[in-house]
Amino acid sequence: MAVSVDEAVSAGPGRDHTPSRRRRGGRGRSVLEVALLTVLAVVMLFPVLWMIETSIKENRDVYAIPAKFFDFKVTLDHFKDVFAGSGGGRSALSVSFLNSVVVAGVSTALATVLGVPAAWAYSRFSVKAKKDQLFFILSTRFMPPVVVVIPIFLMYRQLGLIDNKLGLILIYTAFNVPFTIWMMKGFVDEVPAEYEDAAMLDGYTRLQAFWKFTLPLLLPGIAATAVFALIFSWNEFVFAIFLTSSDSVRTAPPAIAGLIGGTTIDWGLVAAASVVFALPVLVFAYLVRKHLVAGVTLGAVRR
Amino acid sequence: MAGIEVTTLHKRYPDGTVAVEHVDLSIGDGELFVMLGPSGCGKTTTLRAIAGLERQTSGDIHIGDTLVNDLPPAERDIAMVFQFYALYPHLRTRDNLAFPLRAEGLPKAEVQERVDEAARLMRLGPLLDRRPHRLSGGEQQRVALARALVRRPRAFLMDEPLTNLDAELRADMRTEIKHLQGELGTTMVYVTHDQVEAMSLGHRIAILNKGRVEQIGTPLEVYDRPASLFCAAFIGSPPMNLIEVEVADGKLRSQGGLVLTPPPGLPRDRRLVAGVRPEALEVTEPGAEGSVPARVVSAEWLGDEIIYVVDHGGQREVRVRMAPTVRFAADAPVGLRHTGGPPPVYDVDTEELVA
Ligand SMILES: Nc1ncnc2c1ncn2[C@@H]1O[C@H](COP(=O)(O)OP(=O)(O)OP(=O)(O)O)[C@@H](O)[C@H]1O
Ligand SMILES: [Mg+2]
Repeated sequence: MAVSVDEAVSAGPGRDHTPSRRRRGGRGRSVLEVALLTVLAVVMLFPVLWMIETSIKENRDVYAIPAKFFDFKVTLDHFKDVFAGSGGGRSALSVSFLNSVVVAGVSTALATVLGVPAAWAYSRFSVKAKKDQLFFILSTRFMPPVVVVIPIFLMYRQLGLIDNKLGLILIYTAFNVPFTIWMMKGFVDEVPAEYEDAAMLDGYTRLQAFWKFTLPLLLPGIAATAVFALIFSWNEFVFAIFLTSSDSVRTAPPAIAGLIGGTTIDWGLVAAASVVFALPVLVFAYLVRKHLVAGVTLGAVRR
Repeated sequence: MAGIEVTTLHKRYPDGTVAVEHVDLSIGDGELFVMLGPSGCGKTTTLRAIAGLERQTSGDIHIGDTLVNDLPPAERDIAMVFQFYALYPHLRTRDNLAFPLRAEGLPKAEVQERVDEAARLMRLGPLLDRRPHRLSGGEQQRVALARALVRRPRAFLMDEPLTNLDAELRADMRTEIKHLQGELGTTMVYVTHDQVEAMSLGHRIAILNKGRVEQIGTPLEVYDRPASLFCAAFIGSPPMNLIEVEVADGKLRSQGGLVLTPPPGLPRDRRLVAGVRPEALEVTEPGAEGSVPARVVSAEWLGDEIIYVVDHGGQREVRVRMAPTVRFAADAPVGLRHTGGPPPVYDVDTEELVA
């Protein structure tokens, strides 16, 4: 959603100024802009910086008053604690990270596999009450998870899906499929249907035409959509905390939250776990950033 | 190769739009058949129904002896060129051409041979290793045509393939397509909204309006005797002058007094309109024999001809095509007379040709 921030900023300068006034106005605005952006950046980034600092401070320094910003001893003990259990072997946290990887990865893959063909079908075929169907699909996203978590908890108990990774995968997929359909329908609409028409005349079936010609053109869109779906599943907290209880099934968000509470809080460990938790999403978003931009601007592709 | 037979074709889109209404076409084997009509008249829809990309609501389509209503596009053995060329963007020209052949599962050597032949026909040699985005519009068009050629299909379907080209290139490609079609002898259905293109290309032309066929005929027939007021106004540039006439003393007489030779078999007691081609009229010195007094409203010098807009006291001004050697000043008093044979005459109410 950084996209909307970018757009909001770049949409700044008005068009109806004379050149000289615009330049002066532009400079004035740019000073203001820089100041505002700096404030914004500090406010947004400070917690992140503080988290990173805390994760590499010794416990003594974590509680120091006044707070130590720069002159503390760096230690990686907290990160070791995230992965290694106290009695040797793996820590409960590292298991939960692995669970997160599995749950987020599988649910994203499922949502993509189900959502992309559905989006293609909605874009290409005339379906009865298409608009109503699409609205219904979107409406499943209107509800905040807390609203549905109790009924889902009851259903899951009947089905034996409580405290089960499959349960989380299914619910995340259910939430990501509508999102994928909506995002991908926009991308599919941008790809001219004539490619498929031509391929069908060339002797391919409709599905082959989709697979061979449309799908490759959709890859940037799929990447962008999958990243958003992945981030949703990775960060999801409410379902995770209600539907899982054992350390072996828990995903990272409730596991990290579980570190807070009790009599003493190991803030160093919390911070280190948070850093580890935040890292994959950042790295992934960085790796596909080109696709993200391409995905967002696909509408500008020349036809 | 094969003819195409379209019988009472009807297409209603799910949203209720009726795009094609009971269209009958009988396209001969080896014919270059042009479908001409204004935007939205159902040309593309008809073509897509023939191709199998759109299922008709009712009516039959035969290609050759085969009823193809329920055949998927792949099994109809036809090639289509789209207005937006639809070259596969991730493939080089060479592979774009080879693709349909590989789909058929032809052996490598034959694919190579056919691609080379099509490339030679459309002069694509230097473009073979480029991707579509590095080709100009005209080049993309040639590749699209070549892609249709390699298949050696039973029929070509062309949907306004030249619309995106500039005028000069369009004329060149027109010649090329006509030549190629003659050479190969493959049936071709060519859709356009450009009447010049239609006249210069077609063996026969079908004029469509609002999903219906208004007239089918050779370019000459269509030009000389448009079957309806719509066709009369659509064909020719400038189009026919539609002059309201009355029958008097065995002659057709316009309000301004212009006298035309009547065709035989005129009905009585109807309001009539005569369709007079601009070249069947003549601007003369005032008072010349057989002329009525008129006034030049404006003149367009087109180099090889002059189009005079003339007011002779009728309801509408008429357009007259003259050789560039005959010059009259604007606003000059002149004479106007009819030089051609009997014009086609239409009923104002039914808009149909009556004689
Ligand atoms: N998929 C569709 N759904 C609903 N109506 C459609 C659809 N495709 C075309 N139409 C309508 O059918 C009519 C005929 O369309 P068609 O594309 O065949 O026209 P055309 O003669 O090819 O026009 P043009 O010269 O602009 O290409 C139009 O009124 C159009 O709006
Ligand atoms: Mg069309």
